[in-house]
Amino acid sequence: MAYPLTHRQYYEGLKAGKLLGLKCGKCGAITAPPKINCLQCNGADLEVVELSGQAEIKTFTVVRVPPEGMTAPYVVALAELAEGPWLMGNLEVADPGAVTMDIIGRKVTVGHKVVPADLYSAGEGVAVTFSICGSPPPSGREAVKKMIC
Amino acid sequence: MRKVAVVGVGMTKFGPSEKTQVEMFAEAALEAIDGSNIETRDIQALFVGNALGGFVEGQFNIAPLLASELGLSADTPSNRFEGACASGSVAIRDAFMLVAAGYHDLVLVGGTERCTVMGTPMATRTFAMASDSRYEEFNGITFPGVFAMVAHLYSQKYGIPLKKLKERMAMVAVKNHKNGTMNPLAHFQKEITVETVLKGFMVADPLQLLDCCPFSDGAAAIVLASEEVAKKLTDKPVYIRGVGQGSAGPLYRQKDLTVPAARVAAAKQAYGMAGVKPSDIDVVELHDCFTIAEIVASEALGLFEYGTGSEAVERGESQIGGRVAINPSGGLKAKGHPIGATGVAQAYEIVKQLRGECGARQVKGAKLGLTDTLGGDLATMVNIIYGI
Repeated sequence: MAYPLTHRQYYEGLKAGKLLGLKCGKCGAITAPPKINCLQCNGADLEVVELSGQAEIKTFTVVRVPPEGMTAPYVVALAELAEGPWLMGNLEVADPGAVTMDIIGRKVTVGHKVVPADLYSAGEGVAVTFSICGSPPPSGREAVKKMIC
Repeated sequence: MRKVAVVGVGMTKFGPSEKTQVEMFAEAALEAIDGSNIETRDIQALFVGNALGGFVEGQFNIAPLLASELGLSADTPSNRFEGACASGSVAIRDAFMLVAAGYHDLVLVGGTERCTVMGTPMATRTFAMASDSRYEEFNGITFPGVFAMVAHLYSQKYGIPLKKLKERMAMVAVKNHKNGTMNPLAHFQKEITVETVLKGFMVADPLQLLDCCPFSDGAAAIVLASEEVAKKLTDKPVYIRGVGQGSAGPLYRQKDLTVPAARVAAAKQAYGMAGVKPSDIDVVELHDCFTIAEIVASEALGLFEYGTGSEAVERGESQIGGRVAINPSGGLKAKGHPIGATGVAQAYEIVKQLRGECGARQVKGAKLGLTDTLGGDLATMVNIIYGI
């Protein structure tokens, strides 16, 4: 069985400013990031859809001791999309070190950044980013949806 | 299925070591073999947990090298198991099944790992390889970061203010470091205080240095035997009463990280096979890679109600002499965490506890013990119940 939406197509979508997901023809659940079948019912009747890019922060951390090749501090968060799935992303804020638990529950918009290849990454990657609604993303970064939340 | 017993155990000191993975393993293995009253050539199969050998020593396919080092015969199968930090326990479970099934009578199971020589940035990178390389690693997630997100979620979900939760998390570290002082093989041998923990530098908010287990080097090994063989070898067999293993997807698919689905499933399998309840367990070695990890594990294993694991620590219920002793060895937190060896070192401690050989850290009258080992994105979970 072929993938309705491959990893490559998903991240090319992010690079083009679109958050893509899969809508299940059987149970209606949305799957994102993509998978070969529905995350809810394992159904394989999946349609590629563009998602809203609206999400809410559920939990986070400020990484201060980074892995080789990264520079700290930065925020890693899990956010729930309006359509249900959770995504991991980097919260884009001016002062990552100052983020506290008050951020939980805040509405964010999904964006992306391209991460260069390293020795172990099988090429470049695209990481999801989150921008707090009502504040512009840091310069040089485009949100998937302009600030409509 | 046949009954399966542990007949011998061995373990190196955990902590920084200049020895190779092969050397550490061989030392632990010969201790286990000698303690089993068998000869090396009696071993019919070798299973080893090893996760990072390719990165730290440029060594894949370590299992046949270990077989050769020990002098096992050419007709001995040897397999490496990789389940990140649960590698050793995955190896034990598979070895148990083959002995229970009647395929082998005597199997050597161990784990070996070197972490310290990599240094913190590279060790942090390689550990993070156990998260989702497509949708998590590019965000720079680290394992302290994973459990830091668990801590924030836990504080929010149960309405426990972060300051209070952090004090109770620090008490986990204090307890396990105290236990470590009574374990001559532990990486850390020094007591600490809640104040020391709360003064440590921040690794990943809200986890500070002493909320985290160390990178360690070390190895551990056990010999499994069928009941019939075990009775000929030892008058103190420790039986494997139940095993369970579960799998779950990356963090973003699991959502509520405070109740890991794979652990709930694995524990249910193990308790079911053993025919026991959580309240029957006397001593537990569980996966306290971070202080919050001990709290959430104690709940999913049914030792404490959901949301009450941190209070239980504060009340001393998980101390040696408390309602259920958790991590009398010092746990990953103080004993150390050479990841492929960790699950086997948990087995080592439980077997010693059930034999009554633990000296100052002995849990009095312990008859039933549980191990809990976690690998990756709360993804691989193994629970094993041991009894006499």
